[in-house]
Amino acid sequence: MSLTTILMTVFSTTFVYAAPLIFTALGGTFSERSGVVNVGLEGMMIIGAFGSTVFNLTFASTLGSITPWVSLLIGALFGLVFSLLHAVATVTFRADHIISGTVLNLMAPALAVFLTRVIYNGKGQTPVINQSMGDFTFPILSKIPFIGKVLFTNTSLVAFIAIIIGFICWFFFFKTSVGLRMRSVGENPTAADTLGINVIKYKYMGVLISGFFGGIGGAVMAQSITLNFSASTISGQGFMSLAAMIFGKWNPLGATGAALFFGLAQSLPIIGAYIPILSHVNSVWFQIAPYAITIIVLVIFLGKAVAPAADGQNYIKGE
Amino acid sequence: MHTKSLKGLVIPLVSVLAGFIVGAILMLIFGYDPIQNYQNLLIGSLGGIYSIGETLRNMISLILTALGFAVASKAGFFNIGGPGQYLIGWFGAIVFTLKFSYLPAILLIIGALLCGALAGGIWSMIAGILRAYFGTSEVITTIMLNYIILYVVNFAVKSWLASKGSDSSPNIVSKANLNTEFLQHITDNSTFNWGFFIALAVVGLVWFYFNKTKSGFEIQAVGLNESASQYSGISVKKTIIIAMLISGLLAGLGGAIDGLGNYENISVSNNLPNVGYNGMAVALLAAENPIGIVFAALLFSALQIGGLSISVYSNTPSEIVDIVIASIIFFVGIKYAFEIMVKKGWFKGKNKARKGGAK
Repeated sequence: MSLTTILMTVFSTTFVYAAPLIFTALGGTFSERSGVVNVGLEGMMIIGAFGSTVFNLTFASTLGSITPWVSLLIGALFGLVFSLLHAVATVTFRADHIISGTVLNLMAPALAVFLTRVIYNGKGQTPVINQSMGDFTFPILSKIPFIGKVLFTNTSLVAFIAIIIGFICWFFFFKTSVGLRMRSVGENPTAADTLGINVIKYKYMGVLISGFFGGIGGAVMAQSITLNFSASTISGQGFMSLAAMIFGKWNPLGATGAALFFGLAQSLPIIGAYIPILSHVNSVWFQIAPYAITIIVLVIFLGKAVAPAADGQNYIKGE
Repeated sequence: MHTKSLKGLVIPLVSVLAGFIVGAILMLIFGYDPIQNYQNLLIGSLGGIYSIGETLRNMISLILTALGFAVASKAGFFNIGGPGQYLIGWFGAIVFTLKFSYLPAILLIIGALLCGALAGGIWSMIAGILRAYFGTSEVITTIMLNYIILYVVNFAVKSWLASKGSDSSPNIVSKANLNTEFLQHITDNSTFNWGFFIALAVVGLVWFYFNKTKSGFEIQAVGLNESASQYSGISVKKTIIIAMLISGLLAGLGGAIDGLGNYENISVSNNLPNVGYNGMAVALLAAENPIGIVFAALLFSALQIGGLSISVYSNTPSEIVDIVIASIIFFVGIKYAFEIMVKKGWFKGKNKARKGGAK
């Protein structure tokens, strides 16, 4: 295999596996920047994967090749509605954020598989979708010598969109006043409140946006990797996204970069076989790499002080 | 006064009731008969010797993982590592039994259970050490450790224990099985096993530990106020590590007992064992009280075992019971909502409290 082909395979598989993680990790930053800890990303992904798959299967014949893209939005809406549970519990009813997130993770697979059985005559998994997100070759960029072949041929369009959204999120948080307000709510809600910022509103916004992106993440997973929905469609990707968000220091660009790196780690067992040096390395190392690296990074590089200061605390007005 | 009594039994009871109502509403929406299904659930879980045996057996690992979660939680830590600690305990027990199958039965069983429990304890202690010395959030490390151990165990089972082309280890020798012929005989061939009595004994031990020992007191002191404990001479670092160690020991023991008494081997799996998460749910419903955990485990175990028969006798998906369980924990989590209702005078007298929750 030539170097160009190897690199092309490495990049395209990395992008395919990173895309769901990028969206979900970005979702995580919204929730946690507004001060709501979100261990429920896994659950949000599951609901997004479910909603998008059912929509895809139902409307593929009418919508044709645009179906997977519309399905992403439907998955996002499912995730958003589902995340309302987390928002109501943590923001309005002052529930412990981790308990509430755990409820999402318990509820999502139960509810999604329940509904799958209701819709598909008792079967625990949906049929395979016909309209999936296939490979994409960029029209002009792919003509660039070498780089065009490596980066822009037969690759994952949705991953490029995810990266662009990562930049947009960074711009939102650090260059717009709404983003600044959201961050201030996560750092010091009392001060934010004093300045007339509606703390409750921003926290709701943060959690709902995280549900929206988590839903997209799940939908991307189902539309481009598993191609159906079952209890095992999302198996740990939500937690890996959480890890990416932490690894990326609660910064959208950091989270995007970390998610890309974890995507690489996930794709290595698949492409390792083609790469001479890697073919002797046991795949278990690639599997545990994202999680082990997260722990090591947390221990060595990050103290406690990196998370938003009021992350995980309930805001009680007047206290 | 009201708030205090709410924190006792009322919140769990109202939450359970509300959870069942959510389940019933969902069944009505999709055209299933809630009364019929709840009846099947009751019969399927407690309606005969066999089903009682299954329900009690399923309680074992729920009790032990819940106790594990509770111990860490008393020290102020959220140990989400239950699934991983349970898995490594299961793995450790099976490995020990396979390697030392020549030992006499009693030594083999004790060794396997200890091996499993220790494996769980050490795995969990990693998170404790990182928390104590580096301040690393145990929530994140235990989640990461869960997935690391999932892949490591899968790898170990596939490349060391399973024969070529197989995804499971060989079965353990029958003398190590906790589900003895005698128990099978008196429980209509259910999987009920001696582990149940071990679990009950451990409940007593944990209760004793919390209420009668210095170390147990220190754990709770650290959970209540870390700096005050430090000031009064408790070694906070040591206490954190001990709490996480015990927490993992208990979850690991749960996995070891299930390995010997129920599964009799270990297989490659795509997902972490759900029991770890369900154990958390049990502990949360019981407000981390060891005695309460027994009753909460009975409830969730009955739901799970009874849930199996829901889909046998009707076309209602059995996942409805998991929805009920998740809803119950949701309501436990939002107990502040109940406090608001009390303040606004929604509850007048204890008897009407249940009706209030139903709204």
